[in-house]
Amino acid sequence: MSENEKPKFAMYWAASCGGCEIAVLNIGEKILDVDAVFDIVFWPVATDFKYKDVHDFPDGYIDLCLFNGAIRNSENEEMAHLLRQKSKVMVAFGSCAYEGCIPALSNLTTKEATLNTVFLDNLTLDNPEGVLPQETFQVEEGDLTIPSFYHTVKSLDQVVPVDYYVPGCPPEPHQIWAVLEVVVNALVHGADLPPSGAIVGAGNVAVCEECPLEKNVKKIKQFYRPYDIVPEPNLCLLEQGLICMGPATRNGCGALCPQVGMGCRGCYGPLDGVEDQGAKMLSAIASVVDVGAAGEEEAELNRKIEAAMNTLADPAGTFYRFSMAHSLLKRVRTTNGSSQKASKGNSGNDR
Amino acid sequence: MNEQFEPVIVGFLCNWCSYRAADLAGTARIHYAPNMRAIRVMCSGRVDPQFVLKALIEGADGVMIAGCHPGECHYVDGNIKTLRRFILLKRLLSQFGIEEERVQLVWASASEGNILAEAVDRMTEQVRSLGPLRWRETVLSANGDGPPISFETAPQSEEVENV
Repeated sequence: MSENEKPKFAMYWAASCGGCEIAVLNIGEKILDVDAVFDIVFWPVATDFKYKDVHDFPDGYIDLCLFNGAIRNSENEEMAHLLRQKSKVMVAFGSCAYEGCIPALSNLTTKEATLNTVFLDNLTLDNPEGVLPQETFQVEEGDLTIPSFYHTVKSLDQVVPVDYYVPGCPPEPHQIWAVLEVVVNALVHGADLPPSGAIVGAGNVAVCEECPLEKNVKKIKQFYRPYDIVPEPNLCLLEQGLICMGPATRNGCGALCPQVGMGCRGCYGPLDGVEDQGAKMLSAIASVVDVGAAGEEEAELNRKIEAAMNTLADPAGTFYRFSMAHSLLKRVRTTNGSSQKASKGNSGNDR
Repeated sequence: MNEQFEPVIVGFLCNWCSYRAADLAGTARIHYAPNMRAIRVMCSGRVDPQFVLKALIEGADGVMIAGCHPGECHYVDGNIKTLRRFILLKRLLSQFGIEEERVQLVWASASEGNILAEAVDRMTEQVRSLGPLRWRETVLSANGDGPPISFETAPQSEEVENV
């Protein structure tokens, strides 16, 4: 059967929003080419295959597996192991699988605090009895179980070996197509695959490089939230005091956000050679804040710089918005189960 | 009889002032805590925040950054950048639940061996009373689902005082 000669394609979502699946469909009519080239064997959002079908595949049956979503619970981890076993090429697809993304922001607090916000302490909730999900529940027929919810969100490569990374939240359609072309060429025409562990579907320079906004010497006196000011068009947002992660973020997206007046959020992750995107951004910010000079009295100097830095809301949530799971520290430290409440302005709702 | 906890402090000392201050403390035979491991950098402004985070996850209990006094930087304003970075880093670290005393910035000129030695002594005692950090073992262990840090891992405060 010629149908079975085609390379096998799978896509799975773990802890994700579904945007990566939409991004794949956003490649437009080329999706028909994907269907023509690949035999889709597992893709929960688009096709009706069950976990059992995947269990029944022989090892290495799937040629290309795009895994999106972070590892949030035991089901995510189990599927990561299963798909790794069944796949030849495993791709961490999108920011969640690559570096934790938005789900990993819950590493800034505890599992208990997350459950509390979702099920107990929230204005829009109706849960008078304070019911929380239980991992096991007894019914007449026996015990029902649900996956266990982890304390710490992880990236895919922290639970299984990963061959390639495609950054982005979500990856841009033209980049997805470029990646698929490379894989198809390798599988069908025998071309070489990129070296294992490579970041594909992205550039090698900072977002600023491809950002068309006018850039001058940056001297910031204070920071603004996006709702505080209307940015001047065509001028670098960082210069205007709006946090833009461009300097610490890999390009490949086409600098879409800064061009419409919203600072880069950093979804394409750190550049080559950088281990911790947040630390690099912190470094860049410190260089452009222009308050306090060498001649001033020490206390005054400290006070001025502190005042300027305090206008930056939620540094951890801002600098690690997409890379928390892949950062050096990975999560916050809590003592005796109680959440170490983040310091000032931990709302981070300007995404 | 517990052995006294000896904190590991990584010190980034600038070549022009603080490293010379450490040299001076040595030649002047000042007695001070041996807990700081000195790393010479050309300027305190060279200290990438990544270095600090890396030290903390690789087993350091504290990090000291030391440089020339503001206005005396060999590179004019390298230490002003350090100060800006440090102030923001402190806010970031507090969000991560790392105590303020674990990462400190010290100004010590080449003639201030005593000031550097005092700072190391003071910081060593502060970090000693906070207890070990052990980031990998406590915060990241067991799928991040490990037991929360118990107070037992930190030495009791009276123990510290007794030794």
